Amino acid sequence: MKAVWRAIGTPVVASLIAIVMGGIIAAAIGYSPLQVYGSLISGAFGGAVQTGNTLAGSVPLILAGLGIAVAFRAGLFNIGAEGQYWVATVAAVWIGYHFKGMPGFLHLILILVGAMVVGGLWAGIIPGLLKAYRGAHEVITTMMLSYVGILFAQYCIEPDGPMLEPGYLPQSHAVAQNTWLGPIIYHSQLTWGFAIAIVVAALVWWILFHTTFGFQLRTVGSNPYAARYAGINVPLYTILALGFSGILAGLAGAVQMLSQDHRLTQSFSAGYGYTAIVVALLARNNPFGVILAGIFFSALSTGSQNMQLVSGIPQSLTNVLTGLIIFFVAAERIVPMVIRWFQRRKSNRLQVSLPEGGRTDG
Amino acid sequence: MSVLANPQLWFATLAMATPLVLPALGGTFSERSGVVNIAMEGIMLIGAFFAVAFSYWTGSPWIGLLCAMIMGGVISAIFAWAAIRLSADQVVLGMAINIFAAGLTTFLLNTIFGLGGTPDATPRLPTVNWPWLAKIPFFGGVLNQQSVLVYIMIVIVLVSHWFLFYTRLGLRIRSVGENPLAADTAGLSVSRLRYTGVIIGGLLSALGGAYLSIGILHSFDVNMTNGRGYIALAAMIFGKWTPFGAFGASLLFGFATALGIALQAYNVSSNLLGMLPYILTILALAGLVGRSTPPAADGIPYEQHR
Repeated sequence: MKAVWRAIGTPVVASLIAIVMGGIIAAAIGYSPLQVYGSLISGAFGGAVQTGNTLAGSVPLILAGLGIAVAFRAGLFNIGAEGQYWVATVAAVWIGYHFKGMPGFLHLILILVGAMVVGGLWAGIIPGLLKAYRGAHEVITTMMLSYVGILFAQYCIEPDGPMLEPGYLPQSHAVAQNTWLGPIIYHSQLTWGFAIAIVVAALVWWILFHTTFGFQLRTVGSNPYAARYAGINVPLYTILALGFSGILAGLAGAVQMLSQDHRLTQSFSAGYGYTAIVVALLARNNPFGVILAGIFFSALSTGSQNMQLVSGIPQSLTNVLTGLIIFFVAAERIVPMVIRWFQRRKSNRLQVSLPEGGRTDG
Repeated sequence: MSVLANPQLWFATLAMATPLVLPALGGTFSERSGVVNIAMEGIMLIGAFFAVAFSYWTGSPWIGLLCAMIMGGVISAIFAWAAIRLSADQVVLGMAINIFAAGLTTFLLNTIFGLGGTPDATPRLPTVNWPWLAKIPFFGGVLNQQSVLVYIMIVIVLVSHWFLFYTRLGLRIRSVGENPLAADTAGLSVSRLRYTGVIIGGLLSALGGAYLSIGILHSFDVNMTNGRGYIALAAMIFGKWTPFGAFGASLLFGFATALGIALQAYNVSSNLLGMLPYILTILALAGLVGRSTPPAADGIPYEQHR
């Protein structure tokens, strides 16, 4: 029990400190903290539709976050999930509006697999090979390729672009309608994509902790020298881990596209690949933690839209709060400091009040 | 080839490289002292915003520059405190600062300056305009009319190299990044040296942000750094954690960006040309540069044994 408390308690207390700090900042700027947090929470979880939208927004964060967590477990920092997400979406859309005669279910699987393969290759081939055999830092290569991927997707739907749908809007053709992922809750954005995200999280957890592949991947991450000594092919695992990471980021793009937009548009992604980094970090690369962290960040985002709508507080305030929360969760050693400070204050007060006849405050 | 002989191209290369060189140098100082710093993006944004705000309020871009550096210093000091005193995960902290800074600057822009953005009347830093320089054939076109911060940047590159490799403090900063235990045993204060490295990093990153807002423009836009902090991170790694390396990598990056813009005249897709700097960097990594090994203790918190 004590171990569980230590694992969960400290981040919870750290989050509370951050929330209090955020409230103080909001109050200092002139907004009521109760109104800020109230409208945030009601916007994120106020009803079935709001909750549905929050869960829907968490899907790409969870899937891409799982990808980044897998790379972290292998000691690799895949900062380029955003680009893997984009190129995979391009592939998914392309498959989605070709092959229209196929049965919907098979077509859906083809789209998902196609996106995963492209995402996996995008992360695995160049960054993986360069890291394994040239020692090129994966932070640079994944990020450089990320920009290339985003620009490539933009190129596909630019004027005269290869995937542009004739018309006024810079968007691609739509994917076949019988492959769209339908809603779980009527009228909300929540689709069966959420179920996919949960199943994949469980699958990643099983692979990481219950297969030889997962064990070796984690061994490479915790100590590459020991791994090499134990006979693990470290370069191969570097490539596989980055590829696995890209597969999940690619799946995130395909599921998001099949759930929400159904086509490539300029505003398709809202930087999920970048937020997913924080999701993985906050979850300490634990697959089930990724689910919670993904929902948490999605809630902040949907809640902040409501906050701006209802109380006119700029949405950007939630980024300030998010930053604080991540900061204090990372700097969780502040928790024992704060507790000690409270204890010292209490004992000081006792020493001060005792000589006055034992009168207690209140 | 006529494109390459055009001084405009090299002018743009230098101008585009400057906001990468400064934060890349900042990152170099921080990581040489053993603290992984991916907060350059956020600190640049802070620098860019406060540079504009204080230039506008005081009417002096130099005071704006100073205030930007002070704010960058304060933020990086908080970062350093959490990383050094609280032994927090430095990558997570860096991301926290980046998100915090993006939120804070957007929020302040909206609440202080409103929908119209920062006022057009905001003064900006002077550009160097020497008639004698303009007369020199090619180099005049490259160097004249650059922001004064470009010149300051070049001086900072030289000073940084000298400081890191030829002064006692530089040696000490490098030593706590390589082997903090040995440095501690030798009587050096690991945490004080790390604070120094991180805060110098913050000052330089803020300077890079200020260059964007009051060096070339005189306004602040939401997220105007546009990922330059991350590219600077790449330039720092590419440059193998040395000032000249960071400078060279940033120049390569600026060159590819400028070339992409110059080639747009030939009616090629701007999205495809935009890929050029990133592809060039990958090619360079694959062929030119070998392994880049970070300082040995980079990212590892040091617990002092008293």
